[in-house]
Amino acid sequence: MIALGLEGSANKLGIGLISHPAQGKPPIILANLRHTYHAPPGSGFLPKETAKHHRSWIVRLVKQTLQQTGITPSQISCICYTKGPGMGAPLQSVAVAARTIALLWGLEDKLIGVNHCVGHIEMGRAITRASNPVVLYVSGGNTQVIAYSHYRYRIFGEALDIAIGNCLDRFARALNIPNDPAPGYNIEQLAKGGKELVDLPYAVKGMDCSFSGILAWVEGLADRLASDENDSRADRLKTEEGKVVTPADLCFSLQETVFAMLVEITERAMAHVGAEQVLIVGGVGCNERLQQMMGLMARERGGSVYATDERFCIDNGIMIAQAGLLAYGTGVRGTVEDSETTQRFRTDEVYIGWRERDG
Amino acid sequence: MAQSTTHTLPPPFNSSSTTPKPPLITQGAEALLYKTTYLTPSTPIALKHRPKKSYRHPTLDTRLTKARILAEARVLVKCKREGVVVPAVLGADWEEGWLACEWIEGKTIRAALDGYLKRDVGEEADLRGEGVRGLMGRIGVVLAKLHGIGVVHGDLTTSNLMVRQLEREGDGLESLSLGENREKGLEGEVVIIDFGLATQSVQDEDRAVDLYVLERAFGSTHPQAEGLFEEVLRVYGESYKGAKVVLRRLEDVRLRGRKKSMIG
Ligand SMILES: Nc1ncnc2c1ncn2[C@@H]1O[C@H](COP(=O)(O)OP(=O)(O)O)[C@@H](O)[C@H]1O
Ligand SMILES: [Mg+2]
Repeated sequence: MIALGLEGSANKLGIGLISHPAQGKPPIILANLRHTYHAPPGSGFLPKETAKHHRSWIVRLVKQTLQQTGITPSQISCICYTKGPGMGAPLQSVAVAARTIALLWGLEDKLIGVNHCVGHIEMGRAITRASNPVVLYVSGGNTQVIAYSHYRYRIFGEALDIAIGNCLDRFARALNIPNDPAPGYNIEQLAKGGKELVDLPYAVKGMDCSFSGILAWVEGLADRLASDENDSRADRLKTEEGKVVTPADLCFSLQETVFAMLVEITERAMAHVGAEQVLIVGGVGCNERLQQMMGLMARERGGSVYATDERFCIDNGIMIAQAGLLAYGTGVRGTVEDSETTQRFRTDEVYIGWRERDG
Repeated sequence: MAQSTTHTLPPPFNSSSTTPKPPLITQGAEALLYKTTYLTPSTPIALKHRPKKSYRHPTLDTRLTKARILAEARVLVKCKREGVVVPAVLGADWEEGWLACEWIEGKTIRAALDGYLKRDVGEEADLRGEGVRGLMGRIGVVLAKLHGIGVVHGDLTTSNLMVRQLEREGDGLESLSLGENREKGLEGEVVIIDFGLATQSVQDEDRAVDLYVLERAFGSTHPQAEGLFEEVLRVYGESYKGAKVVLRRLEDVRLRGRKKSMIG
């Protein structure tokens, strides 16, 4: 069975082609193409411009996928697209393309709407072979701690206000850190030069956490950062030890604080469900410091951490194809008529018919 | 879950070379829990050690450990004084990262429910049974008491609530029928533990969020028993002045949770 996956819920347009050979064999990735819309410096990506980007690239990418793999439409079993959650206009523009392709290729009753978060989880599981992990899903719009039980991915904890990726993006904007290749990536690089730990608001409530306090704090103080370690202006921000704070120090402090919160809520979920594996998915999951911290925590619990690289943790089409094909394999079908999209679509709404009841 | 990884006890519990090292009972969300004795050899205690977390920056780690041990000790003392059932606190040292409290003979609600829901009959367990509803009711009562004295727990899960079981193991359990045996695991006083994230508050919002956290923990950990939580809330609602307002607030909190936009 071969599936085409189309993803465009945020600023990445992804096209993937996956094959599931016989039962029990690992999936084969035939193609995984992506094109990213970068908002102009100093701003975030907006729905209208993002949708336009997806519309203007999708035909090219789908054609390229077929050419590159030599697969013909007649070999494809189903078309999988992101049903949600995500930004309305970009989601719709990709769904329109999915319907069109389905009609052109005679697959109008084999159109599978996929939950974006479930896509991330299933791709992460397929790549890392983590069988039943606690999942930390961290991206621009989501921060969730998830564990599987009784045919659902259940949300144990989440960010109560803004998502971690959103927090990083807005932090970058407040400090004039560029959007290309990604704000979070640039923060990570800058943080490597930071030394001083600034005392930032640390907010964990059980398995939930909150980032808006930190963001407000940073936005209020960004213009009092030192230009370098020797900046002697009197009004500069200082640590408790009286050292001036540079942008690198603040990036370092931000990462140390917010990632500690994420690792802590993940550890709470692992203790509560008795899990030893943890899988990190979503765009923020590429961050190597986060992966390292999670690894240290897991090791202290006698467990292990699983993560993927940017090909899979950043939004992509292959994960949509993977989750869609798993559903297709259990008999799930969809038609052009009921192929809607939805901006809000919780991870625990999806029936996970392809896993055993207890994992 | 006790690991083979060698954990070292904090002083003074590491000193005695004559007695064997106390057993590690479990690794909680943050702490290692040992069963040992303190003050007198016949006083069993739970020793909760928060070892340094190597993933955390040392400054942040020290700050959080101190704050949580202090919060836990303070709230345990307050609860005890005001008649909320919690383990008595016997000592603490935030520099070394430990807190010692009364040993509770029993199990977590998580284990009790798992045992009830899974044993032999699988999902057939009767959720209207008196035993299990009684237990839910007793949870409602202790939560109401806790909130009533102005404490919000901050980390309510079924792992942080215990049932104290008075009988020692093997006390004639074998002679009971299967059904009676199952019900037995649900008997006993409900004890609240793990106050590291507790705060003092009388705000409806804080109380409602406290309940919401537990409701979600219930739904996600014991999906077959989701309906049981209603009984916790029903009894909670009748147990102190002001509870009804909190329950109305809980509806808002739920709505907010569900409505939260989830952009991929
Ligand atoms: N006083 C006690 N008596 C017996 N067992 C306890 C006691 N306190 C905690 N436990 C057990 O240890 C586990 C972890 O303790 P807890 O205080 O919840 O620490 P953590 O913050 O690490 O979750 C609990 O879930 C419970 O099973
Ligand atoms: Mg606990």
